[in-house]
Amino acid sequence: MTNIGVYISLLLIFGGLLAILIYSLKGRDVDRRIIFLFVLFSVASAIIFHIEFEESATPIVKKVFEFVENLPPESKILISFDFDPAMKPEVHPMANAFVRHALVKGHKLYLMGLWPQGQALMTETIEYVLKPEFPNAVYGEDYVMLGYKAGNEGVLNVIITDFRKMYSTDAHGTSLDSIPLFDDVKSAKDMDLIFPVGGGKPGPKEWILFVGDPGNVPIAPGLAAVVAPLIYPYYPRQAIGLLGGVKGAAEYESELKKNYKEFENVETPALQMMGPQTMAHIVIMAFIVIGNIGFFRARRRKWQEGN
Amino acid sequence: MKRTIPVIIVSVVGTVLVLSVFFPPVQTMGEDFSLFFDIIAVFAFFLGGGNLVRIHLVKIYRKRPDWGFSVVTLVGFFVTLLVGLGKLSVTGVTASVTAPDSFLQTIFVNIITPLSSTMYALLAFYVASASYRAFRAKNREATILLIAAFIILLGRTPLGMKLTGWIPEWLSILQIPNLAVWIMNAPNLAGQRAILIGVGLGVVAMSLRLILGMDRTYLGSDND
Amino acid sequence: MRRITLIVTAVVVVLFIISWIIKTNTVPEDGTFRPFIQGFLVTFAAFLTLAIMSFLYRDNPFYKFAEHLYVGVSAAYAMSLGFWTTLVGNLFPRISQNLSDWFGVPFLHYEWHFVIPPILGIILLMRLSPKGGWISRWALAFIVGTTAGLNLPRFLRSDFIEQISSTFLPLLVQWQGVGPFFSNFSLAASGQFIAILTNITIFLGVLCGLIYFFFSKEHKGVFGTASRFGIWVLMVTFGASFGYTVMGRISLLVGRLTFLLKDWLGIIS
Repeated sequence: MTNIGVYISLLLIFGGLLAILIYSLKGRDVDRRIIFLFVLFSVASAIIFHIEFEESATPIVKKVFEFVENLPPESKILISFDFDPAMKPEVHPMANAFVRHALVKGHKLYLMGLWPQGQALMTETIEYVLKPEFPNAVYGEDYVMLGYKAGNEGVLNVIITDFRKMYSTDAHGTSLDSIPLFDDVKSAKDMDLIFPVGGGKPGPKEWILFVGDPGNVPIAPGLAAVVAPLIYPYYPRQAIGLLGGVKGAAEYESELKKNYKEFENVETPALQMMGPQTMAHIVIMAFIVIGNIGFFRARRRKWQEGN
Repeated sequence: MKRTIPVIIVSVVGTVLVLSVFFPPVQTMGEDFSLFFDIIAVFAFFLGGGNLVRIHLVKIYRKRPDWGFSVVTLVGFFVTLLVGLGKLSVTGVTASVTAPDSFLQTIFVNIITPLSSTMYALLAFYVASASYRAFRAKNREATILLIAAFIILLGRTPLGMKLTGWIPEWLSILQIPNLAVWIMNAPNLAGQRAILIGVGLGVVAMSLRLILGMDRTYLGSDND
Repeated sequence: MRRITLIVTAVVVVLFIISWIIKTNTVPEDGTFRPFIQGFLVTFAAFLTLAIMSFLYRDNPFYKFAEHLYVGVSAAYAMSLGFWTTLVGNLFPRISQNLSDWFGVPFLHYEWHFVIPPILGIILLMRLSPKGGWISRWALAFIVGTTAGLNLPRFLRSDFIEQISSTFLPLLVQWQGVGPFFSNFSLAASGQFIAILTNITIFLGVLCGLIYFFFSKEHKGVFGTASRFGIWVLMVTFGASFGYTVMGRISLLVGRLTFLLKDWLGIIS
């Protein structure tokens, strides 16, 4: 049934694209609302009929995965939730996959955020991923939620030398001095890896500039697709690797599934999104081609009329 | 005084923060200034909120077009503020304000998340429309741009591998996913680095101008 | 026009109520109002999503309602978080034992200079006043000075010095001589030739990209050729950015449609 649905959807999409091509060749403009419907239909059909693909990690994502794999047990990893719901579908799966990987390896997690919405998203990760899948993880000993602080790079400028100056308590009002995870942590320089997840300002770039470079702390950014190309210059010296967009998240999820049997049946939203993503990309590429065919035909007609 | 004191503040604060990188005795002062900045940032949020209330109250009072929607804004604003500042449905005054079943978390999940996500999701449709109407290979440069975009669009999906997976290993750079990776790691990296260096120099120059008092555009006009 | 608006509104209200009832029945009963509230919340979230999406057809009252609600709620959310995390967390423990005890945060120690930021903050709020607005420049100046002071050394180090340093790459990678290079020649993605091509592209691409941005000299001769290559590299960069931007925006749409189809309509599991 699902396969028939896929074939019918593909038939309708390509048939429609052909109709738009013919329309364009006749020199007519397609109403933008038809284009919107196309995009909606192609994405919705891929979601409904579960069009899914397998993924394999590219070297830049593998570097992050292998770095976490090779860290000694009980290493300290800081995850910064620097995003809002507008970036959530592509970067939240990254954060969740990373939390799973870190905890299954026995590392210690420090969760904080530079965006106000990050604190709520951190809560979601803890409630829907961390607690159900790692019921033996103890708050304060395996993970701690520091929460959000206002001030953008001002926060980073303080925590690079002294955590307690910025965070006298965690998000629940408990003094850092009474949290075991902070017994041997004075500043962000004591972290073995920092995983800032986001795509705006402040975000991964600020972490590299204000903590990674001055404090010589390894940074592995998880990035929204819009800003991923901008962070490539920092790779590999200032960022050990990077996860770019939903593809990066899907690659990390697939690496996790391949290497850890216990994650075979966990939800993998990024992997599930690759099917609709592919359909939408096909449609957009087709629109570019059709638009250019129409443009060149019109230009040639004008040139011929001019002659 | 209206213009001199702000220039002095910028110079002193900026100089202390620059020196704090090089001189440990000044580092504590630099950290304190950063903390001051964080606290003032919260007051900036309050300024934004206050301005929002003022604008919409004026709109309602003067019954300007669509003043009814200003009521919606103010109701949403004050309800969320009450729920957030009052930590409603949060057990214990020290508990996180975004505790799982708190009213603020409920507002975040059911109002802020759908609104914020959908606002940006609309851009997917406009990107598709722009692709059809505006992206033309009019010249060599535009053609290079489109070809690069095509390779990335194909390479970042499994379709790229399905189309070119048959290419043998000794020519594997021509497989679209590998080509996409190479484009990101080589020409994209180079171009972005060139832009980054230029922007970095610009930021340094601008910061220096501000600290030295040569640039005073942040002061606005004398009519303020 | 008004009649159409009323009809559409009535249809939306009816559909909202139907959805609310259906969603309430899908949540397991537990003797509380929870299913009722959950049903409403999911329906309201779906309504807001569709209200924003209705803008694709044209501007309409539902979109305006959702847009105005977003503005108000977002502003208040940021204020609430800022107050509890930063004012209660960082300011009160340094200026008042009583306030710290009242809000349940551990008092640190008196740091008298921490009365400066709330004073500057109140000065900033004076911007709302028509006559006293000039004094808000002092607080703005502090913000500008902090940003300038924080950025100057870090951008110089990370975005200039480190970037230049990272561009100094060996142009002949894994070099063992001309003979081995040609005998092992291949276009394998992990091969020597591609590694050499990568480093040369990065080195020349950065150099020529910077040459392009140098507008003090006319782009003629060798300089012009280098500038032209720089533009091509930049065009590839922008093409890559466009590809990633499309990917990013589509994934947001997929996320929203997944919510509508799964959490609201229940079409997919």
